[in-house]
Amino acid sequence: MSFLQPVSWPEALAARAAYPNAVAVAGGTDVLVDINFNRLHPAAVLDLGRVRELGDRSRADGTIRLGAGVSYHDIITGLRADLPGLAMAARTVGSPQIRNRGTVGGNLGSASPAGDAHPPLLASGADVEVESVRGRRLIPIGDFFLGPKRSALEADELIAAVHIPPATGPQLFAKIGSRNAMVIAVCSLAIALYPDRRKVGTGIGSAGPIPLRAVAAERFLEGVLDAGNYWQSREPLSDGVVSRFADLVGQAAQPIDDVRGSAGYRVHALRVLGRRMLGWAFEDYRRVARS
Amino acid sequence: MKVSCTVNGEARVADDVRYDESLLELLRERLCLPGTKNACEQGECGSCSVQLDGTLVCSCLVLAGQAQGCEIVTIEGLGDGAGLHPIQQAFIDAGAVQCGFCTPGLIMSTHDLLARVPDPGDDEIREALAGNLCRCTGYQKILEAVHLAARS
Repeated sequence: MSFLQPVSWPEALAARAAYPNAVAVAGGTDVLVDINFNRLHPAAVLDLGRVRELGDRSRADGTIRLGAGVSYHDIITGLRADLPGLAMAARTVGSPQIRNRGTVGGNLGSASPAGDAHPPLLASGADVEVESVRGRRLIPIGDFFLGPKRSALEADELIAAVHIPPATGPQLFAKIGSRNAMVIAVCSLAIALYPDRRKVGTGIGSAGPIPLRAVAAERFLEGVLDAGNYWQSREPLSDGVVSRFADLVGQAAQPIDDVRGSAGYRVHALRVLGRRMLGWAFEDYRRVARS
Repeated sequence: MKVSCTVNGEARVADDVRYDESLLELLRERLCLPGTKNACEQGECGSCSVQLDGTLVCSCLVLAGQAQGCEIVTIEGLGDGAGLHPIQQAFIDAGAVQCGFCTPGLIMSTHDLLARVPDPGDDEIREALAGNLCRCTGYQKILEAVHLAARS
């Protein structure tokens, strides 16, 4: 039994390689619940909380590199302008206590379909940087999630950072739950508009075995915005366009019935979120042009 | 393993701490500080809130080993030893204490809020205390207590 407490990234990678069965802990807000409820009996613990490099935040080649150990609190206070979708999702995580400890790296490591960071990362086409003593690789976020709580992370790898293109247009996140704190999403949706690249991004949480993109909805809206010259004209979108987008968001979901909600409710709620959020996001885009 | 930390200004050491033990268990069972309450053990209720190196956390979601070398402040360390902290007094004066089980956590969260926002509005208070549950549901009085503490 070991409690490993590396203070540098090379030390952390060496510890991971030496103890592939150790449970990696960042903020602990997810892992501790499983330990406290006797669902997890780690043979060893790898505490990543003191690894300096994991708290780094930098910008290179037009992309933000967010260290896996940056807390939700710091994302809300420091990245609201560059990553508004992720910051909005961060604000819905747990409670102030949880946001002080919880990290995006931890969220990815748990790979829950309900992880709040995942939809905005999908909507912005992020890459997950993982590393082991064997080397470093970037995993596109769409390839990272393999199943409920299963990811492409190998046993000897650790999550180093997330690479995220900064916002160039409106980004939104919304989440359905029964309380304003400590909610595991019944379902959630992220939308990102990239006027410079004429792209639309989406991410759906808690409505499938993994976090999902609504690819057909993205393609449909990109087609309409291009064909109707909406990116330039900034004319309001018709109700028909907004409804069709919302229907396609609902169709992208692969939900099940569970304790938090029924599959039917989740699809309905995602349609409602899709309709409202596209309306808000495009209204934001139009307002910026007018001001 | 051995865990050394500073609790309420005092150097404390605990031996034979399990590697999967929480900071909450360390505080209550080993350091005999029962003011920090144990209720849900999953971060839902905020009853176990303490300050860890100046940051408000749920001590049930921190491993004891993660607190090695850290500075911890619990509800027992809030007053000056002679009397109650003004926030504690405000909770009494406003009648914000019913069964009292959630009170230590709520006072720690209020303390954290007022350190950042000296005169918070209702919405700020509600968001800052959103991670603390009161099963007696005396939230209105709690809101009044925070306002009273902000003025005192």
